[in-house]
Amino acid sequence: MAIAAIEILDLEKSYLVGFWRKRPKLALRPLRLTIEEGEVFGFLGPNGAGKTTTLKLLMGLVFPTAGTARILGMDMDDPRVKSQIGFLPEQPYFYDHLTARELLNYYGQLSGIPSKERSARVEQMLARVGLSDSAGIQLRKFSKGMLQRVGLAQAILHDPKLVFLDEPMSGLDPMGRREVRDLIQQLRQEGKTVFFSTHILSDAESLCDRVAVIHQGELRGVGKVAELTSETQGKVEIVFYANAKKVPAALTALGAESRFGGGNMVNSVLPEAQQEAALDVLRREQLKLISLTPVRRSLEEYYIQQLRPAENEEIANKESFKKELRQEASRKGVGV
Amino acid sequence: MNSNVTGARIGYIAFNTFREAVRDRVLYNLIAFALLLSGAAILVGEISIDIERLVVVNLGLTAISLFGVVIAIFIGIGLVSKEIDKRTLYTVLSRPVRRWEFVVGKFFGLTGTLVVNTFFMALGVFLALVYVAHKFEPMDVWVLAALYFIVLQFFIVCALALFFSSFSTPLMSAIFTFALFVIGNLSEDLRGFARVTSGLGGALATLIAYAVPNFSALNVISQVAHGDPIPGRLILYNTAYTLLYSAMAISGAVLIFQRRNLK
Amino acid sequence: MKMTPTRRVTLAATAVLLLSAFGSVAATHAIDHQRTNSVSEQALYFRSTKVLRRLSLGYTGLLADIYWTRAVQYFGQQHHNDSGDFRLLSPLLEVTTELDPQLLPAYQFGANFLAPKPPNGAGLPGAALALTQYGIAHNPDQWRLYYNLGFIYYTELNDYAKAADAFRRGAALPVTNDFMPILAARMAQHAGEFDTARMLWFTTYQSTKDARIRQNAVEHLLALQVDEDITRLEQVIEKYRARTGRLPSSFGDIEHAGFIRGTPADPKGHAYLLMPDGRIQVEDPQKLYFITKGLPPGAEPPQPPHEPQPDLK
Repeated sequence: MAIAAIEILDLEKSYLVGFWRKRPKLALRPLRLTIEEGEVFGFLGPNGAGKTTTLKLLMGLVFPTAGTARILGMDMDDPRVKSQIGFLPEQPYFYDHLTARELLNYYGQLSGIPSKERSARVEQMLARVGLSDSAGIQLRKFSKGMLQRVGLAQAILHDPKLVFLDEPMSGLDPMGRREVRDLIQQLRQEGKTVFFSTHILSDAESLCDRVAVIHQGELRGVGKVAELTSETQGKVEIVFYANAKKVPAALTALGAESRFGGGNMVNSVLPEAQQEAALDVLRREQLKLISLTPVRRSLEEYYIQQLRPAENEEIANKESFKKELRQEASRKGVGV
Repeated sequence: MNSNVTGARIGYIAFNTFREAVRDRVLYNLIAFALLLSGAAILVGEISIDIERLVVVNLGLTAISLFGVVIAIFIGIGLVSKEIDKRTLYTVLSRPVRRWEFVVGKFFGLTGTLVVNTFFMALGVFLALVYVAHKFEPMDVWVLAALYFIVLQFFIVCALALFFSSFSTPLMSAIFTFALFVIGNLSEDLRGFARVTSGLGGALATLIAYAVPNFSALNVISQVAHGDPIPGRLILYNTAYTLLYSAMAISGAVLIFQRRNLK
Repeated sequence: MKMTPTRRVTLAATAVLLLSAFGSVAATHAIDHQRTNSVSEQALYFRSTKVLRRLSLGYTGLLADIYWTRAVQYFGQQHHNDSGDFRLLSPLLEVTTELDPQLLPAYQFGANFLAPKPPNGAGLPGAALALTQYGIAHNPDQWRLYYNLGFIYYTELNDYAKAADAFRRGAALPVTNDFMPILAARMAQHAGEFDTARMLWFTTYQSTKDARIRQNAVEHLLALQVDEDITRLEQVIEKYRARTGRLPSSFGDIEHAGFIRGTPADPKGHAYLLMPDGRIQVEDPQKLYFITKGLPPGAEPPQPPHEPQPDLK
């Protein structure tokens, strides 16, 4: 069995929030997760869910209150780990007064790349992220997108086996996002493991082999993207051109839910069983069919599903919190 | 050079710190101001006859000392607190760099910056001195001793700036460091006071008097202005003291930084 | 306990911290010793108080306190070194009082230690007078300053008229010491008497909290007692000789003759010695300071030992 790239073993992080009771705030509940070598793994969750906390724990920037992790078979405290991993933090910030080239060279020095190879490697990276022309400009003049690219360059500069990316698409325009996506695909082809966190589901859907959903510090679900989205829901979607923006009554009678797209295009979703009957309607009305596809559950739906129990929990928490308040107040004889 | 060695990494961090500092325009403004002051010293000296040399040395060295401390504090704290605040540190620490190497590297980068800085400011003072005295006197060699002590002073200030930056916000670090600079200049008087006070007050005063950095012994500006020699023993002891005190502050910084959760 | 790299660093850093902490304290000691002489010299590079005031950026009170501390330190140090050189004391006190004219302890210190001759003081009664008069000019309602003035005139300059005048002015203040009017009166007629001197030193003792000044006053009071005792004893011996035609051979003789009762002893409990030539001598001159009588012929008046300098711990 191949060594897992990352083995997270009950990693936990709590902070002491200094309120009137000093209750510990659990930023990350004991997390148990394994990421296999060579896969692109998506870590999904809303803002504040614990994604960045997890990454910081794995990077050794923050220390766990309990639990541990193994990275590439080594203990996460092992200094040898660092030479095999790359990290792109969210909204990175670099040394203002260095040029891109100088920065990469510095990072190369710190990563232990021998000086002979270093300059060649730096140029290579710059080219790869499309910054060759701007290599001599000081970073304080860089746009957000350019900074992100520098960030990516420094993450893969030393050819690490495992790359951690925290919201790699944030702040990028569609072109930039496309480039990052391509880069991640390349990395996968090179056999690297990529672990990235995001809240943009379409990216995750198109890039990841597996995903995990995290909410309020707790892991809600893990699974292969292919499996999670393969589930059909017993529906089909028909796209066709309508006459004068009118949906044939017969279609609606079959139980179709329709909406209008651009021009005269109509999207209708109806039960799978009515598929043939729907096609008959179109032929009768002489309406042009564009496409017929089974409806799959989207990752978005899976995601929202995983989140939902939490919302109820949130409400429940609020209730118990209010009850505690009331109890505390009555104990002290104060009105609430 | 084997790039994977601790020493190499410390060296790279130090050099990078130096580079960052040098490119920061704040540095130049402060140096320019100090040089201006040296120039002003010449004018002041010309107003009062026979003490031009005295004024140039006094004013020049004091300017170097004070501005140097300000630079040490601003850049020292800027380079560390800001780095932690702005998360440049994340990408640095994701590499095979130990946290303690980072602290030590920063220290050497900072002190290196200040030494170079002092060199240029001292050049200004010596030029002013030659201008007013028209030649070098043998007693001018003691000005070098005073400058050496000023550099030692910077070492301690940098170490303190780093120490506070390891756990405090930039503003508070600056305030604490500056406060210690002021109190440290009175440390000899503090010890005198501690000696004649008894009881709890005396114990407390003694503790503080030895804990604050001994800047009073590093300030020999008045003496060299009058041309008095500086005993070799004092130079030796001050050097030893600076090394020890800086080591203390830096190791404190390392210990704190080791276990710090980075926001 | 697993020795992770982190733990190794923690241990090493802790060791460095502790060792260098101790080391820096040791180095501070060495530096202080090295700099002992230069500190006060250096302190006076700024002789112009005007400049000092400007430099202190308004914190003249603090600066005055610092100079005051240095003055006291300097004196103690010079005393301890037995150098007899107190030339910086006057300038230090001048600067102190010019920065803060209301720093009364400085005038007190000056009166007690600027005026007397070395090694007990700087031997500058003129400077002491000037300082005290400056103090009076700025604090005209402080009786102690007038007392100090009278004290200097009386003890060091033997100018009883001026001393009386000073005491009188002090006695006229709304808030004053009970002894002031008495001292003023005594100056006129009984200036040279033991009782007057005793009253003076007692007033000094009683009116200050400074341990050094008090100790000094006590030594003087004891010396006065000895001087008085010996003067009386020598008078008695004279009477004895007048009556019997010869010198007594022991105190027993005198006692027999009814002039004294018991064997006289000095305030420290040692019996006086009756010398063959009729003089009285103290048993151990080294223990009685400031005495002017009862010393072996040709001996110098003994000086108090240097109080153990609260040493550089």
